[in-house]
Amino acid sequence: MASLAPTFGRGAMTNHWVDIKNADVVLIMGGNAAEAHPCGFKWVVEAKKHNRAKLVVVDPRFTRSAAVADLYAPIRTGTDIAFLGGVINYLLTKDAIQHDYVKAYTDFTFLVNDGYAFDNGLFSGYNADQRSYDKSSWGYQLGSDGYVKTDPTLQDPRCVFQLMKKHYSRYTPEMVEKICGTPRDQFLKVCETLASTATPERTTTVMYALGWTQHSVGSQMIRTAAMVQLLLGNIGIAGGGMNALRGHSNIQGLTDLGLLSNLLPGYLTLPGEKETDYRAYIDKRAAKPLRPNQLSYWQNYEKFHVSLMKAWFGDAATKDNHWAFDWLPKLDKVHDVLQVFDDMYQGKVNGYFCQGFNPLAAFPNKAKLGAALARLKYLVVIDPLATETSEFWKNFGEHNDVDPAKIQTTVFRLPSGCFAEENGSLVNSGRWLQWHWKGAEPPGEGKADIEIMAGLFTRLRDMYQAEGGAFPDPILNLAWPYRIAAAPAAEELAQEYSGKALTDLADPKDATKVFKKKGEQLDGFAQLRDDGSTSCGCWLFSGAWTPAGNLMARRDNADPYGDGQTLNWAWSWPANRRIMYNRASCDASGKPWNAKRKQVWWNGSAWVGSDVPDFKLDSNPADGMGPFIMNPEGVARFFALDKMVEGPFPEHYEPFETPIETNPLNSNPQAVSNPAARVFKGDMEVFGKAKDFPYAATSYRLTEHFHYWTKHCRINAVLQPEQFVEIGEDLAAEKGISAGDKIKVRSNRGQIIAVAVVTKRLRPLTVNGKKVHHVGIPIHWGFKGMTKPGYIANTLTPFVGDANAQTPEFKSFLVNIEKV
Amino acid sequence: MNRDPRDLQRYTAPERANHWLVGICFILLALSGLALFHPAFYPLAQLFGGGTWARILHPYIGVVLAICFAALFVRFRALNVMAPTDWEWLRRMREMAAGDDHTMPAQGKYNGGQKLLFWIMAACVALLALSGVIMWRAWLNLPVDLVRVAAVVHAAAAAVMIGFIIVHIYAAIWTKGTIRAMWYGTVTRAWAKQHHRAWYRQITGDQR
Amino acid sequence: MALQSLDIASRSATTTPSPSMRETAEVAKLIDVSTCIGCKACQAACMEWNDLRDEVGRNSGVLDNPRDLSAASWTVMRYAEVEEGGKLEWLIRKDGCMHCADPGCLKACPAPGAIVKYANGIVDFQEENCIGCGYCITGCPFNIPRISQKDGKAYKCTLCSDRVAVGMEPACIKACPTGALQFGSKEQMKDYAAERIADLQQRGFQNAGLYDPPGVGGTHVMYVLHHADRPQLYRELPANPTISPLVALWKGVAKPVAAAALGLVALGSLFHYVVKGPNEVSKEMEKEVEE
Repeated sequence: MASLAPTFGRGAMTNHWVDIKNADVVLIMGGNAAEAHPCGFKWVVEAKKHNRAKLVVVDPRFTRSAAVADLYAPIRTGTDIAFLGGVINYLLTKDAIQHDYVKAYTDFTFLVNDGYAFDNGLFSGYNADQRSYDKSSWGYQLGSDGYVKTDPTLQDPRCVFQLMKKHYSRYTPEMVEKICGTPRDQFLKVCETLASTATPERTTTVMYALGWTQHSVGSQMIRTAAMVQLLLGNIGIAGGGMNALRGHSNIQGLTDLGLLSNLLPGYLTLPGEKETDYRAYIDKRAAKPLRPNQLSYWQNYEKFHVSLMKAWFGDAATKDNHWAFDWLPKLDKVHDVLQVFDDMYQGKVNGYFCQGFNPLAAFPNKAKLGAALARLKYLVVIDPLATETSEFWKNFGEHNDVDPAKIQTTVFRLPSGCFAEENGSLVNSGRWLQWHWKGAEPPGEGKADIEIMAGLFTRLRDMYQAEGGAFPDPILNLAWPYRIAAAPAAEELAQEYSGKALTDLADPKDATKVFKKKGEQLDGFAQLRDDGSTSCGCWLFSGAWTPAGNLMARRDNADPYGDGQTLNWAWSWPANRRIMYNRASCDASGKPWNAKRKQVWWNGSAWVGSDVPDFKLDSNPADGMGPFIMNPEGVARFFALDKMVEGPFPEHYEPFETPIETNPLNSNPQAVSNPAARVFKGDMEVFGKAKDFPYAATSYRLTEHFHYWTKHCRINAVLQPEQFVEIGEDLAAEKGISAGDKIKVRSNRGQIIAVAVVTKRLRPLTVNGKKVHHVGIPIHWGFKGMTKPGYIANTLTPFVGDANAQTPEFKSFLVNIEKV
Repeated sequence: MNRDPRDLQRYTAPERANHWLVGICFILLALSGLALFHPAFYPLAQLFGGGTWARILHPYIGVVLAICFAALFVRFRALNVMAPTDWEWLRRMREMAAGDDHTMPAQGKYNGGQKLLFWIMAACVALLALSGVIMWRAWLNLPVDLVRVAAVVHAAAAAVMIGFIIVHIYAAIWTKGTIRAMWYGTVTRAWAKQHHRAWYRQITGDQR
Repeated sequence: MALQSLDIASRSATTTPSPSMRETAEVAKLIDVSTCIGCKACQAACMEWNDLRDEVGRNSGVLDNPRDLSAASWTVMRYAEVEEGGKLEWLIRKDGCMHCADPGCLKACPAPGAIVKYANGIVDFQEENCIGCGYCITGCPFNIPRISQKDGKAYKCTLCSDRVAVGMEPACIKACPTGALQFGSKEQMKDYAAERIADLQQRGFQNAGLYDPPGVGGTHVMYVLHHADRPQLYRELPANPTISPLVALWKGVAKPVAAAALGLVALGSLFHYVVKGPNEVSKEMEKEVEE
C-alpha cells in the first residue's frame, strides 16, 4: 500500500488471483503463497500446468512454495532490497528492459532537482536528531509551464534513468552475495529468468505478502520489486503485476475503507493539525497534472470527499460549514497500533476498544503489550473467540506469568459473530468485493459486529443528547438513516458506500434531462459531485450497488476471452476493472504489445476489451495520456519524490537486529538500519546484539492454521497441535539438538520454549564473510484454544515498524537458542 | 458298562480333568479358528455369539489351552519318550490299521502312535501359542512381516493339529473300551492286555 | 455401508459372486505429488466429511501430524526432505488407502462382507461386519488399515464411497486448493497424468511417471511422481507392492487344501470304521484275563 501508491498511484494488488494463471514467470518472494495462500496458489499451479510457467522462489527457508518451484534461491532475511537492487543492476547492465514501455510509461526521462543527492547510505536532507529527512530536494525540475522537464535521449545525468543506474550500480552480484548470502550463480539464474520476460511476449508476476511488509524497510522492498516489474514492462499486463497477497480475508477492505489512523475511506486522507482550511486541504490533494494531457484523477478529490461527508453527516454537512470539515479529527502524527500501544505503555490511554484484533498475540514484544494493557482503566474486546488479549490479566503459568492481583484493568468481552454469521462483502487481495450470505446464527449471546457497534453508538448518542459533553457535534449529527437503528443491515451499508443521488441530477451533457432521480443509486464514482448532491461512503466502491442491484453478489464465471477476467463475477474496484493500469498493455498507439494477450485496445474511437479499461474511454492515444491516471505525471515512478519516508530510491538497510552489525553498502553508522524508521524511547535499548543473539530469526505462518484463530478449532489443532521452531541440521548439530527436543529461544525481549523441528530446509548462509544461521518461528500458538498451550511468539519480536506503514518488523530479528 | 473292581486304573481324576480341559479348549479353538479360517466354516462363529466374539474369545481360550496343555505335557512327558519298540510299532502301523493288533509288539502305557501324537501335539501347541500371541492385535502390534509368518504358521499348525486330533478321537472310538479310560479312569484287564501288554504286565505283575 | 447404487465386485470371505450385472466405470483418484503443497486441506476435509476427530497430539520434531494413519485419521501427509544431485527436494505425499484392484485386505479378511470392492474399484470396509481380527492389516501391502481402540473395528479411507455413489467427488478432492488431487474415471486420470508427466519431463524430471503398481493389479489411487523410478524416496512408498506370498499362501491355496485334507481325514476314519469295523478286545483275551 505505502509502496505501490507512490509508484503506480494506487496501493493494491495490480492484477488479481485468477490472472496469475496468465504468467510466464512467477516470482514468489517476501511471501510463501503455498503456505499462507493455498487457495490462491491454485493459479500458480494453473500457470505451471497450462502456461508452462516457471516458478521462482526466493526465501530464507525452503518453503512449501519452494517445494513446487522450478528455481529456489536462499536469501538472508531482511535483505530483499539488496537482492532486488541487484536485479535492477543486472537488468540495466544487460539492457534487459522493455525500452518502449519504460520510455513511454515511466518517469525514466524526467529530470530530477539538482539538490537531490545520495551519499554513503543517506539521501540529501537527513536530520539525525529527528531521525527524518527534509524531503524538499527530492523533486523534479519543473519548466516554466509547470510541467516536469524531461530528456527523451536519457543522456542527462539528472534524468531518473541515469540516477537510478548510478544508484544501483553498487548492487553487483558480488555485493548481493555478500549481503544476502545468496550464492552468485543462483542469484544470476533468478536474474536470467526474470530478464526473459523483458520482451512484450512474456510476463513475470510478483507475489508477495507479509514477508516484505513486516520489515523496517518493508515498503521499500516492495517498491524495489515494483521497479523491477516496470523495467520488464510487466505492469498493467495480464500475467504480470505486483500482487500483494492479503492475509485476512478482508484486510484489503480494511485499508480500502480507511481503517488506518490517518485515512478516510477510499484512500482519502485525514487533515493534519495544521490543515484547518478546507480549501487548502482539498487543493493539496487534488493534484494538477505534471505533464501535458494527463488525467491526474485525484483532481476529483473534492467530489469524493464531499460525497463522503454527505454520507456521514447528511443534511448537517453543508456548503456553508465546508461539509462538516471541522468535525474531522486533525492529526498531530500517525496513531498506528505501535504508537497507541506506546502511549498506553506510557500511561496516556484510559480505554481501548479491541474489535476483531488480538494484539497481545499479534503485535511485537508481548511483555510491553501486556504491561501497556495493564495500565488501561478498561478494555473492550469484541471478538467471536476468547482471545489471549481478553485474558491478558490471567495467569496461565509459564505461558502468561502475570499476577492478576496487580492488574486493575476492567475487561469487557462482547462476543461477536464471525464472517459466516452475517451478510456482507469481503474484499479479496485482487480487489474483488464478493458478497456473502449468513450461514448460521452466532452462537450464544453473540451478535454481529455491526449490531454491537450500532448499539454502542446509539447509546453514546443518547448519552450526549441527555448529558451533553465536550464537542458533541460529530456524534449528534452523524446520519443514521437505517431502518433498525440498533442493527443496520449490511445491504443498507453497502448501498451507502456505493453512493446515491441526493437530489435529481441533471445530465452533464444535456441539462434539460434528469439522469438520476433523487434517492437513486449511482452507477459509479464518475457521477459523484462536489456540490452536495451525491452521497457516497467510499468513492472507490462506488458502482458496487447500482440500480441494477448488488453487483458484488454476481456469480457468473463466464470468461468469453479465455483470459480469466470474468467481469460478471462479483465486482472489482475501481469501476469493475480487473487489471489496474491496463492501458499499459498497449503500446503508445493503443495496439496491444502482445496480440495473444489482448486486454484493452483502442478501436479508433474508444477503448474496449476483455477488461474494463482503466483509462479515459475516449482518450485518443495520439493525445498521449499516460496509463497511470492517478499520478499527476500520468506515468509510473521509479523516483518516488517525497512519497517515501526514507528516500526516493529504495536503499538496502539492515534489520534493526542485524547478525552482521554493519551495512556492507556504506560506512556510515547512521545508515546501518533504516535511518528514518521511528523508534520509540526505550525500544532502541532492547534491540539485541549479534554477540548475545547470533542467529537471524524470522516469524511466519503455517498453512495448518490461520493466525491465532484456528487454534480454537479441533481439526486445525489436530493438524498442527504443538508449538515448534525450525532450525537447520547444521545449527542443530552445533548445538547438540535433535528433532523433537525442547529448545529455548531467547531474544533481548523474552523467551519461548518449543519443540525443535530439525530440517534440511534451513541452511546456513555466508554473509559478509560470516556464517549466519536462521531460526524459523511459526506464530500460531498461545495460552487459549484447543492446541497444546504455547508461548506467544511475539514475546521475541522487536517493537519497531516500517518507516512508512508502521508494520512491525516481525520477519527479521535476532535470537539465541539452547536445548532445555 | 459295568464297573469291575478288577479293572485297571489308567488315569487319575486330575489327569482326566486336565485332559478334558485341554479337550474342551481345543474344540472351542478349532471351531472358532475354523470359522476365521475358511468362509465355509464361518457360521461356526455363531456358536460363540458371532464373529467378533469368536475373534475376542479365541486367543483367551488359546491361553487357557496352552497352560493346561503345559500341565498335561509335564504329567505325561516321561511316559512318551520314544523307545525302539515304538519305532517298530510305527513301522507296522499298517497291520494295526487293518484291525489286528494281536501280533503287534508289546506296548507300554502308550503305543508308538500315541507317543508320536503326543509330540506332534506338543509341537503344534507351542507353535500355535507363539504365533497366536504374535497375531494378537488386541494387545500387540508387531511388525507386519512377522505377523504374516505367524499367520501362516498358525494356520498350518492348526490344520495339522486338527487332523491329528481327528485321528486321536477316531482311534479312541475305533478301539472299543478306550473312551472309558478318560471318563472313569479305568480300563478292563483284557483291554490293557490286548492293547498295552507291557503296561498290563508292569502294573499287574502278570507275566503271561 | 451398503450402497445400493454401487455393485459389489468382490466381497470378503465369500465364495460366490455378488450381484454384478451393471457395468460401472472404474474410478480413480490421482495424486499429483508435483503440485502438492502439503497444506493438509485433504486431511481436514476427510475429518469433516467423515466426522472424524483424532486426538490433539504433540509435535515430534516433524511437520507430520497426526504422526501416522489411525482409525480416526484416514489420510496423512508424509514429508520427505531429499537431496537429489545437490539440490534439495521436499517431497510431500498424501498417504492413505490405494484401493488396489487386487486388495490384500479383502483377501485376508475372514468376516463375510466386512470388506467389499465395488465395481467402480473402491475398496470399502463395512465396519458392521468387521470382527476386528486385523487380518486386513496383515494383508495390506501399503500398511493402511488401523484398528480402533474405541470399538475394535478396522478403518481406512473409503474413497468417500458414499459421495461417489451419488455422483460427487471424494471430500479430499473437493478441498484440494491446488488441484493436486483429481478424481474421475481411471482412464481419464491416466490421460491427465500423461499430461502432467510430459510437463514434468519438460522441466527436467526425466523419470517422472505414473504410480499404478501392477503387482496389486493396479490401484484406484494413483500418484504422479517426479521420480517414478524410485518411489521409496516418497517416505517408503513401496517400489513393487504385491500381496505378500505368505498371505497369498495363507488365504489362497492353504484354505481349500487344508479344508479338503481335514475332510479327508474325517471321511477316511469313517470309512475305515465301516470297512474294518471296531478294534475290540477279543473273547480269548477276555477269557485269558478272567483266569
